[in-house]
Amino acid sequence: MHNEKDYLTRVEGHGTIDIKVRNGRIKKAEWQVIETPRFFEAMMVDKHFDDVSLIVSRICGICSIAHSTASIRATENAFDVKISGKTELFRRILMNAETLQSHILHLYFLALPDFLGEGSIFPIITKNKNAAEIALRLKKIANDMCDVIGGRNTHPMTMVVGGFTKFPSKESLLILQKDLLNSVPDLIETSKIFMSLKIPDFERETEFVSLKGENNYPWIGGQLMSSDGVLKPESEYKKMTNEFMSDWSTSKLAKLSRDSFAVGSLARINNNFNLLHPKAKEICENFKLKAICYNPFMNNIAQLVECFHAVYETLELFEKVLNMDLSPEDIKIKPKKGKGVGAVEAPRGILYHCNEYNEEGRIVHCDFIIPTGQNHANIREDLNKLVKDYSKKGYSDSEIELLCQMLVRSYDPCISCSVH
Amino acid sequence: MQYLGVELIKPKAAFFDFSCCEGCQLQIANNENKLLDFISLVEVVNFREILTERNNDYDIAFIEGSITRKDEIDRLKKIREKAKILVAFGTCASFGGINKLKNKFKDIEWVKKEVYGNCPIETNDKVMAVNEVVKVDFYIYGCPVNKSEVEAIVQSIALGREFRYLKHPVCFRCKEKQNICLYEMGKICMGPLTRAGCGARCPSNGNSCIGCRGPAEEPNIEFMKTIMIKNGFTERQIRDKFELFSAFKE
Ligand code: SF4
Ligand code: SF4
Ligand code: SF4
Repeated sequence: MHNEKDYLTRVEGHGTIDIKVRNGRIKKAEWQVIETPRFFEAMMVDKHFDDVSLIVSRICGICSIAHSTASIRATENAFDVKISGKTELFRRILMNAETLQSHILHLYFLALPDFLGEGSIFPIITKNKNAAEIALRLKKIANDMCDVIGGRNTHPMTMVVGGFTKFPSKESLLILQKDLLNSVPDLIETSKIFMSLKIPDFERETEFVSLKGENNYPWIGGQLMSSDGVLKPESEYKKMTNEFMSDWSTSKLAKLSRDSFAVGSLARINNNFNLLHPKAKEICENFKLKAICYNPFMNNIAQLVECFHAVYETLELFEKVLNMDLSPEDIKIKPKKGKGVGAVEAPRGILYHCNEYNEEGRIVHCDFIIPTGQNHANIREDLNKLVKDYSKKGYSDSEIELLCQMLVRSYDPCISCSVH
Repeated sequence: MQYLGVELIKPKAAFFDFSCCEGCQLQIANNENKLLDFISLVEVVNFREILTERNNDYDIAFIEGSITRKDEIDRLKKIREKAKILVAFGTCASFGGINKLKNKFKDIEWVKKEVYGNCPIETNDKVMAVNEVVKVDFYIYGCPVNKSEVEAIVQSIALGREFRYLKHPVCFRCKEKQNICLYEMGKICMGPLTRAGCGARCPSNGNSCIGCRGPAEEPNIEFMKTIMIKNGFTERQIRDKFELFSAFKE
């Protein structure tokens, strides 16, 4: 039933696209998820709060910082723990760094080969060593920040409930600051590369869901919003997702005001355009990306815009933390019975963790809602329309198939995450 | 073909992921300084995270993740038939890892219901490490694997040399680094029992070693448990640490 050849490459996890177009008419357009479920919610039962974020971080290697942050925030909300301003700033830096790392990986290793008609990054390395080196340098600075601040670029261990076990030294921060500043020309080069690509012409009106930023571009916590005008507090995340199962997917699906909605870079930008860093807004202008944009292929460009945002915001955050005392804080946590929600913007979109504890601080019940799962229904609707639109335009079945794959990859789906 | 100045044959390497977070594969993509070198060391013919093309002709198979479903067992057996060398890549593959926490539940129907409600879902009752299904030639430990160790192991495989795993525990390295011992700060730590090779990463960052690399050579588990109890930790707290990656036999 699940053959090796069915695995869709270059997305995280196992997904297949099953598309059949006959005589210009759509027979079937499905974007399936066939990853083996790992039952994280069940595994968590009875686990102590000290271990919770370390375990859930293993839901996904690429966005382990987002999972840790959401989990820790959920626990802090359950125990009414207040965190310091310094902790808040370092968490923001980590979220920016992980977003940069994940977006660069997607843009260069996954999206670019599509647009250039190559099977992978490897032919690009041979033909255009410069582009490959830019990608690796940008990824490296992002990973270095996660290494130095999180303790490791995947599965961070310095982040704990209440704060950090260790803050980085000023010396190491100064090195990062310098490297980050030096990465700006690489980013500009990246935007030139993407400027030369042709983004497929396609639109489908849909709803966009994300955190709502107040004074900053939203990464961690706050209100939940949709472009159709829904606004909810973090604790009512279930009213934003309304999860349901369908026979075409082992992953849960979500909907809000319509049959489907989208989360991710494009959703964040559509909902929080004004909070982007001015340098990131310039990139929007260059690519004619305006809120609200309904072309899902533009999610690639939205990611590029967020790379600019991540670098410039982090440079500002560095200025702040470098003026702070970086000695460790004394963390004392008193667990209590209750439930807490943590919502963060993972690279691929809004992520919710809900942790319910007993008096001893052990998990009674957990709930995780992952970005890709929320996008599945929307991807499916997009595929349907894309096939229809492009068969009308006279494209061949195989051309349409390629476009469909590109569309799925534009969402940067992460399947390990969605089937956790 | 040269790698870091050494003449090499160029084996074909394929990466396969089973149930896991794919963080171990990511470590290879994350090895920015040496990624281009690594690619010249082995010919990567199958790396799903970054390749579309597939090639089923390979010498070394890297298996990432644990085995949780019938189709995964079949798939793994087929890969074993083809591969000359099969490597368990990371702690999920080597021990079962985090995913094996599922096995502590006797009632699999409850597990399914807890996550999926009444929707039918296919899974094996037990999560397995790779060597519970097929023969494994090499192990690379860690959750995630340590980039430089991966390189060293791949290099010895390519050169046909024996790789010497570190036998001593994380503690050894931690003391070398002159970290304040976490036990002195009232925290529990698996460093005395866990295989070194990570540079004592967690204690050096102020957090407990949670044993992600599995046991060091001849770990004295019973002795360590009495020490943990003497330090005021309960049986339950000790079990929390031992069961995390299913890497320690209790
Ligand atoms: S060993 Fe850890 S990092 Fe590697 S795949 Fe498994 S969970 Fe992910
Ligand atoms: S902190 Fe852990 S690894 Fe380090 S010396 Fe103490 S017990 Fe050993
Ligand atoms: S210190 Fe322990 S838990 Fe941390 S990386 Fe090393 S072996 Fe793994």
